Amino acid sequence: MKLPLEGIRVLDHGMIWAGPWLGKLLADFGAEVIKVESIQVFDMSRGPIVAIPGVAIYPGGDPGEKSYNRRAVFHYWNQNKYGITLDLTRPRAVDIYQRLVKISDVVTENFPPGVMRKFGLDYPALREVKPDIIMLSMPGYGASGPEKDYRAFGMSQEQMCGIAALTGYSQEAGPMKSGMDYGDPTAGAFAAGLIMAALHYRRRTGKGQWIDVSQSEATSLLIGEALMDYTMNRRIWQRMGNRHPSMAPHGCYRCRGGEQPPDDRWVVIAVSSDEEWQNLCSAMGNPTWAKDERFATTLGRLKNCEELDRLIEGWTIQHDHYEVMQILQRAGVAAGAVLSGQEIVEDTHLKERGFFQTGTHSEVGKVTHPGPIARLSKTPVTIRNLAPALGEHNEYVFGELLGMSREEMSALEREQIIGAAPLPGADRLY
Amino acid sequence: MQEHALSDVRVLDLTWHIAGPYCTKLLAGLGADVVKIERPGGGDPTRRTGPFLKDEPHPERSGLFHHLNTGKKSITLNLKTASGVNIFRELVRDVDILVENFRPGVMASFGLDYETLDKLNPRLVMTSISNFGSSGPYRDYKMTEIVADAMGGLMYVSGEPDRQPLKQAGSQAQYQTGLNTFVATIAALYYANETGIGQHVESSIMETMNSVVQYPVIAYLYQETIETRRGNVGMIHPWGIYFCKDGYIGIAATSPLWQQLVDLIDTPEIRDEKISTLLGRILDRDAVDAALYPWLMDHTREEIYHAGQKKGIPFSLVRTPEDLLNAPQYRARGFWVEVEHPEMDRLTCPGAPALMSETPWQMGRAPLLGEHNEEVYSKLGYTKDDLVKLRERGVI
Repeated sequence: MKLPLEGIRVLDHGMIWAGPWLGKLLADFGAEVIKVESIQVFDMSRGPIVAIPGVAIYPGGDPGEKSYNRRAVFHYWNQNKYGITLDLTRPRAVDIYQRLVKISDVVTENFPPGVMRKFGLDYPALREVKPDIIMLSMPGYGASGPEKDYRAFGMSQEQMCGIAALTGYSQEAGPMKSGMDYGDPTAGAFAAGLIMAALHYRRRTGKGQWIDVSQSEATSLLIGEALMDYTMNRRIWQRMGNRHPSMAPHGCYRCRGGEQPPDDRWVVIAVSSDEEWQNLCSAMGNPTWAKDERFATTLGRLKNCEELDRLIEGWTIQHDHYEVMQILQRAGVAAGAVLSGQEIVEDTHLKERGFFQTGTHSEVGKVTHPGPIARLSKTPVTIRNLAPALGEHNEYVFGELLGMSREEMSALEREQIIGAAPLPGADRLY
Repeated sequence: MQEHALSDVRVLDLTWHIAGPYCTKLLAGLGADVVKIERPGGGDPTRRTGPFLKDEPHPERSGLFHHLNTGKKSITLNLKTASGVNIFRELVRDVDILVENFRPGVMASFGLDYETLDKLNPRLVMTSISNFGSSGPYRDYKMTEIVADAMGGLMYVSGEPDRQPLKQAGSQAQYQTGLNTFVATIAALYYANETGIGQHVESSIMETMNSVVQYPVIAYLYQETIETRRGNVGMIHPWGIYFCKDGYIGIAATSPLWQQLVDLIDTPEIRDEKISTLLGRILDRDAVDAALYPWLMDHTREEIYHAGQKKGIPFSLVRTPEDLLNAPQYRARGFWVEVEHPEMDRLTCPGAPALMSETPWQMGRAPLLGEHNEEVYSKLGYTKDDLVKLRERGVI
């Protein structure tokens, strides 16, 4: 065995981000993940059939002729997977799907609730076909409860889970979303871990099971101490920007560069003790203002943090953000350059550690992706293949795995049950 | 009694702070037997980090420590003594997983690097979490949460374009790393069970965030564009947080959902031709917001949330912990769990990340410092007298 999940076959109905990300993690660790879409409805993360300027990222900024096979995030979220099309609204397709389930281990889906049942493919139905199947459903708020039919995107989850209410420049300034749809990869990671735990259990007992993930509940767990502060003390955290309740200085400071993104440069600094404060003062060249008694203790610095931040920024603005980070880290002060996407790609530390990985794709050419979530010494994650074009592996899955003849497959293509070209409306969420 | 998913898995937990303990907490939740090794005296520093019950600092009353350590056992062991290291070597022979998040090089300084442990237990999955990894120019840099947010790539794209980048609430980078490292660890466990071969799993908080944050990195890798802060809006519009009559809500509207939303609000402004297409809404975001706000200001959060969801529009509530404690959906699914604790009486805690039909979540409570010394060490053959001696010598 070369990879941990080698020999595990997954039918992945992931849509948008959380579901595909879950599948990507399983695929990275070696599972044979078959992405199931249809030419009637494909994964929205392929983007619109006709590219809309500014809505999506494409290789070289060029959507090309088949933009739905070229979208950048789609490639990252679906690396190492196979892809088939199968219109599950048709009884003939459901028969074929059941044959696939018989030779699979895991089925994952993050459709709105009820979709799999409508296809006749909910967990009780799948278990009839394959008693030890592991199925994971990940609708927005879980598959039971009064709001089970409610819908969500990853961005909504940041708000529903509690993180957004606690994030913002100040209490008055209101809550602020993150720069990503944070709920998606969070729920996806939980789901991947739970599936592997279920596989472990199946290995020991022979039993499959159904996993019902509420993306919102899973993501709430990442602010556990804020939840505990409420249940223990009835305290709701105030939004405090980049400040910290017990560290000062603690914040984000402008460095030499432009006024507006993308030319703006910033550094963060966090001082957790008087010793570190002294180190910071020395690193700044012991300016006269730093000797002010009001800044001598943590309490004093917390109380006067606004003025303190302004004075520190007077020093950072004279330097490049990497330079400030290096000066302060050498002095024993926690500091970090606020890295843009470009800076992460060009970062010397990540380069030296070989973080990024490359692969080649028929329609995209050579691509580079961020490395895996962790490194495994004996079974390293690599890019074995890139994301599938729509219906790219119909031949392999229906022909090789299910033993269908070329004629049968051609008939299915004529009936538009399978295929490689999306029908109008396949990108219906756009 | 139902079995847990990982009932047969034994974990030795040498973690502290947040990322490591969260990784092993998830293993414990799935039923693994997790023995947390703490320093004699103080234990894990999060025991001394708030929030504390009734705001009174006490090593057994930290809500942070409790959340990160439910379902584990605690023993004390001083790895800076030769006897401590020997006891550790005995313990590690018998476990499936070891998780540690010391600075790079610390385990080697105890004589407990992966190569050594592999010889004692070839099936062992050893997981190491560090700030920046075990090599590279930042290896020994200091990290706090805000540094991780900055270097992970999330901060530069969060906040208003004309203001400073904004950190997320809490300790997202550390939790996120704990969560993802749990995933990688359990993958390695599966491999060890199949093959009998253990391995070393390594994650760094910076790289895990670089892997998870994605958008800004992918944008530069694919088309050399730099993603910047957008404030409370997204690539498409509307996609963000809005205020209404009594608070904040979220609106995320792709094209078909926009049609639903137009029917719900049903004013001439919202039906304006120029915002009827996705491109039109992206080009004139202000017109969209101007058409939304009169209706939003006329309705409460709950009215908007339910009215939208009944029509299939994924409106969301910007919920506080108070809202979450009272959320009917969370209550109905048993998200909140009551836990008995000797030092805190009855606590209400967040519970499982999901409902698993065969294998229930193992909630438990966080252990008191050294609570399981006798149980764990007696299994190794130490008598009560031995334990007294070890305590006197500062080993446990």
